[in-house]
Amino acid sequence: MVRKRILSQAVLRMLFFVLAAASMLLPQAAPAQTLVNGAGATFPYPIYSKWFDEYYKLHPNAQINYQSIGSGGGIRQISELTVDFGATDAPMTDEQLSKAKTAIFHLPTVLGGVVPIYNIPGLSAELKFTAKALSGIFMGTIRKWNDPEIAGVNPGIALPGNDIVVVHRSDGSGTTYCWTDYLSKVSPAWRAQVGRSTSVNWPVGLGAKGNEGVSGLVKQTPNAIGYVELIYATSINIPYGTVQNSSGNFVKASLESVTAAAAGAAKNMPPDFRVSITNSPGKNAYPISTFTWLLVPQQFTDATKGKILVDFLKWMLGEGQRYAAGLGYAPLPPEVIEMEKQTIARIRY
Amino acid sequence: MRLAPSLGGPFREANWGDRALHILTLGFALSIFALTALIALALYRNSILSIEKFGLRFLWGTTWDPVFEQFGALPFLFGTLVSSGIALLIAFPLGLGVAIFLSELAPRWLSDPIAFLIELLAAVPSVVYGLIGIFVLVPWVRDDLTPVLKKTLGFLPIFSGPSYGVGMLTAGILLAVMVVPFITSLSREVLMAVPASQREAALALGATRWETTRMAVVPYARSGVMGSMFLALARALGETMAVTMVIGNRPEIAASLFAPGYSMAAVIANEFTEATYDLYLHALVEIGLVLFAVTIVVNALARLLILAVARKSAEVQV
Repeated sequence: MVRKRILSQAVLRMLFFVLAAASMLLPQAAPAQTLVNGAGATFPYPIYSKWFDEYYKLHPNAQINYQSIGSGGGIRQISELTVDFGATDAPMTDEQLSKAKTAIFHLPTVLGGVVPIYNIPGLSAELKFTAKALSGIFMGTIRKWNDPEIAGVNPGIALPGNDIVVVHRSDGSGTTYCWTDYLSKVSPAWRAQVGRSTSVNWPVGLGAKGNEGVSGLVKQTPNAIGYVELIYATSINIPYGTVQNSSGNFVKASLESVTAAAAGAAKNMPPDFRVSITNSPGKNAYPISTFTWLLVPQQFTDATKGKILVDFLKWMLGEGQRYAAGLGYAPLPPEVIEMEKQTIARIRY
Repeated sequence: MRLAPSLGGPFREANWGDRALHILTLGFALSIFALTALIALALYRNSILSIEKFGLRFLWGTTWDPVFEQFGALPFLFGTLVSSGIALLIAFPLGLGVAIFLSELAPRWLSDPIAFLIELLAAVPSVVYGLIGIFVLVPWVRDDLTPVLKKTLGFLPIFSGPSYGVGMLTAGILLAVMVVPFITSLSREVLMAVPASQREAALALGATRWETTRMAVVPYARSGVMGSMFLALARALGETMAVTMVIGNRPEIAASLFAPGYSMAAVIANEFTEATYDLYLHALVEIGLVLFAVTIVVNALARLLILAVARKSAEVQV
């Protein structure tokens, strides 16, 4: 009997401690905080989460929450207004904009580039690619590495006569959009038969999932060529080729040459920023570059959220841009930042 | 009569507890029907645009072009069925062989750890199998298996053309590795449940160990072994991650097993997040609907086959 009582007391005591511990873990009364929700593109996710994190440190009452569900999801959700803002790697089409429940602004945030990577056994030299070579290889009309279109601009490099194995992304992606957008601009045949999209009907090649899948398959497969994001290529340190731009120069992708592409496109920038900057003019412009956009409603129904987001956008264009290079994104050129400030001033809440 | 009231059926003179239990479990059972119907309905409603636009053409269309809005499911259907077929062709003899060894021939100290390891294999996440596929299987198929197959069986169209390592054959082999544990562990249970009298009778008639297994044990367990095969097939049909990592993801119907292919589950997983317009999204959901229908058909066929086999083996035992 006695023993039983001691035991039950021990149990009670333990229960008390558990409850006390649990009550300490429960959230304390939080200060008034506004949660702004966004969703969309995966490509800019690292810089967006950095930005929202830094912004939250400066403004503890404004928490911006971003889910990288993909550009397609971002467009759908902002069109249905189930989020406060969206994000995309490919601009919305006129049809999508007309179907959306609200008028939507496209606001470029940072830039990215896409680079050709390859694996030719025994070859370590940096290859140069003309627009014709890249479109021909991905179209299936250039089949061997020693094709004159490739060999002609790479004198002194012993290219093998092996068949080229093309590797592309199998998952829908902004990287593919940028790559096919470039090919559509430089090759009329590509534009007519394949076109530009986050996934296309590839004339040749193998599909691999994600940047890591493409680079893995290229590394493993002799005589393969593929394309990955510049950030990815630099982070895992794989060599990539240079690409001839519209001025005829062979340019290696870098943060500077990608920003130069945006600066080159700034002169003809449409007011809604829905512009592709592939193959843009400029001596040092890297031709396979792209903006990534935030999708922001022109009119916010919730004034508090609108105020926070506008304030964030201003911060992002100023101080925020300084975080870009550290994470491998090319910052916006000043011309574009000035234009965007005017658009932001038109957001109503 | 009064002794066993529950024998006369659940409602006759049953008490309230029994009745409540009956209704409750009946509800649970019916919810399975409801769930299946709801899945079909949800898939149908979210693919209506594609169904209206392409009709039955969707099933035999071979073009998948999101840019020009042409969607056909045949290459994916083909890829799913062929890769699963290869998997079963390899995994069934292998899995059953292991099960026979474990239940009939192996000493206890060996069969228990092996059975444990097999169950462990079943728990490995498919993405891990996919990684092993990329790093081990793909180079092996390209550099070792392909030359051998080409030299010996190269005259067959299914073993012609270049091999990139990734492709239908690699996907089939990887799927085989993934489903062997299911076949083995289920078959082993079934074989072990065969009454000892079956074996003793065969042995008493002068049968060897192998004859006993072949004529008395395996036929007795036939329907259970079949069941394990169809469970494995269902798993192979629905496998997504590992397949997409090694199949090559090319929506094409090629005669050669070295050629890249694509599967239904893989294309949904790959393209869903970036499907930017409604028709595209609906076409992807319709692929899901087709996959759902394929699994139902396969399962129904499995039931019929098991029934037929069970009837036959019943005759044998009479």
